[in-house]
Amino acid sequence: MTAALLPAATLWWREVVRFYRDRSRAISSIVTGVLFWLLFGFGLVDSFAPAGMPADVGAVEYLYPGIVVFIVLLTAVVGTFSLIEDRRQGFLQGVLVAPVPTGAIVLGKVMGGTTMALLQGVVLLPLAPLVGIEVTAGGLALSVLALFLVAFALTSLGFVLAWRMESIQGFHGIVNLLLMPLGILSGAFFPLAGAAGGLELVMRLDPVTYGLSAFREALYSTPGIEPIGPWLAWGVSIGFAAAAFGAAVLLARR
Amino acid sequence: MSAPTLAVDRLTHRYGEWIALDGVSFEVEAGELFGLLGPNGSGKTTLVKVLATLLHPTGGSAAIAGRDVVRDRGEVRRRIGVVFQQPGLDLQLTPRENLRHQGHLYGMRGEELSARIELQLERMGTAGRADDRVKTLSGGLRRRVELAKGLLHDPAVLLLDEPTVGLDPGGRRELWDHLADLRADSGATSLVATHLMEEAERCDRIGILDRGRLVALGSPDELKRAIRGDVVALDSADPRGLAAAVEDRFGLEAVVVDGAVRLEIEDGAAFVPRLAEAFPGRIDSITVGKPTLEDVFVHETGRPFEERTAGRGRPEREPEVEEEPGAPATPVEGLLP
Repeated sequence: MTAALLPAATLWWREVVRFYRDRSRAISSIVTGVLFWLLFGFGLVDSFAPAGMPADVGAVEYLYPGIVVFIVLLTAVVGTFSLIEDRRQGFLQGVLVAPVPTGAIVLGKVMGGTTMALLQGVVLLPLAPLVGIEVTAGGLALSVLALFLVAFALTSLGFVLAWRMESIQGFHGIVNLLLMPLGILSGAFFPLAGAAGGLELVMRLDPVTYGLSAFREALYSTPGIEPIGPWLAWGVSIGFAAAAFGAAVLLARR
Repeated sequence: MSAPTLAVDRLTHRYGEWIALDGVSFEVEAGELFGLLGPNGSGKTTLVKVLATLLHPTGGSAAIAGRDVVRDRGEVRRRIGVVFQQPGLDLQLTPRENLRHQGHLYGMRGEELSARIELQLERMGTAGRADDRVKTLSGGLRRRVELAKGLLHDPAVLLLDEPTVGLDPGGRRELWDHLADLRADSGATSLVATHLMEEAERCDRIGILDRGRLVALGSPDELKRAIRGDVVALDSADPRGLAAAVEDRFGLEAVVVDGAVRLEIEDGAAFVPRLAEAFPGRIDSITVGKPTLEDVFVHETGRPFEERTAGRGRPEREPEVEEEPGAPATPVEGLLP
């Protein structure tokens, strides 16, 4: 077991060090996210009352959990660019010839990306009281867990998509086509309850919807604030994370 | 007799229709510095990838320290150190951090790992820059750190694929000095793929690859001695016409290589006046030389080693799959056992 954990840990450590040494990346994604949130929130403040939410939840408050999940999603996906870079620069080849189980390599890389994404989400959590959300200690733990699941699942998914990619440009296309809709349709920007029938169905097929649901309910500690029940939200989120990671391992093993 | 450290037996690899390796067989003994010489696209990289367990060959077999590279992949991986053509260091990390990362991948840790890291950094003369980011190091220094990285776990065989690509002549020489020291000091066994004659000259033995076939095998001196006599090159405005005329007149084989007529002859110097006499005005210059490894290649294949016109400016990185060569190799009788 340790034979697999040490390599995984060192791969994870490398991602963290690289991220820390390239702080501009982290700062810019947080600033973008916060700006997005403030612009949309205050732009929509009088024209948007989220459907299915308690009457006192306005646009700014509604968008807050959505933006947090959206930033986690974006960071997770952008983090997997490093896989393409590693391949192009030749670093990956050196890792692949080492006597390390493939699962450990995938775990190290995915945990690295997950850590970055999770951190990006967690630094935004202190803003919750500012928008009027009182988070309990238990709720905070569960919110972090929900963000972790979203980060882990999307990093794994990004890994799957990036594994065969030769260029970052090609990956950008996939991100726009496939991963952005996962974020946009998750209920981050508009609620499930207010969407037209067909779109609502599509939103229910988006696994990130369940992650956001779990996160929102954990923040508020109020079951039922989301149309999706907690069991379903957590169940799908865990299943999605496990499936995406499994797919990444299978793919890397060829 | 002990088993060879590295044994390649009728190794064949196809990418679809194209045959990258065609029945290659050779052995490398412990302590040997073995060179794999061949032009771009000759199959060197494919061979190194098979030995490094990254590619399953479509035929034949290869073993390192008695372990099959396909069946005992894990065992082989523990016993090889690989320096790829592409740089394999993380530029954001320092040399020491890169080596630590490498050590952890190989299951080493703690004091033992630190000691090995210090030893390798010292040995490669990189200790002074051990804590600077790799991106600030020169190309030559980076390559030496890669060498240290490949040697960290004390492999039975070091595999190097064009380790001096992108280095200036000074950097190349330095790297080869380190390889030579390594063999002298610790009896390391290395296989180095290269397309540079002067690098192949520094090996104990070389195998010459051409279009996936091993066309010659032996020490550089042995191979050159096999061409008896001298190599005479004639510059001419009409090399093809001159070659035909020389063949007619003297019954010698004359090949046009890089726009010059090339002959192999017992006593080159004595032959020069006869040539000058026979073809007045048709020869611009005559060069007589001892055979080089390049001549060995021409001798075996009838073709120049590498298109001179394209120059030495080969791309920094070869594509994953080497360029497809044109016509299939013609079988040649060489020095193969």
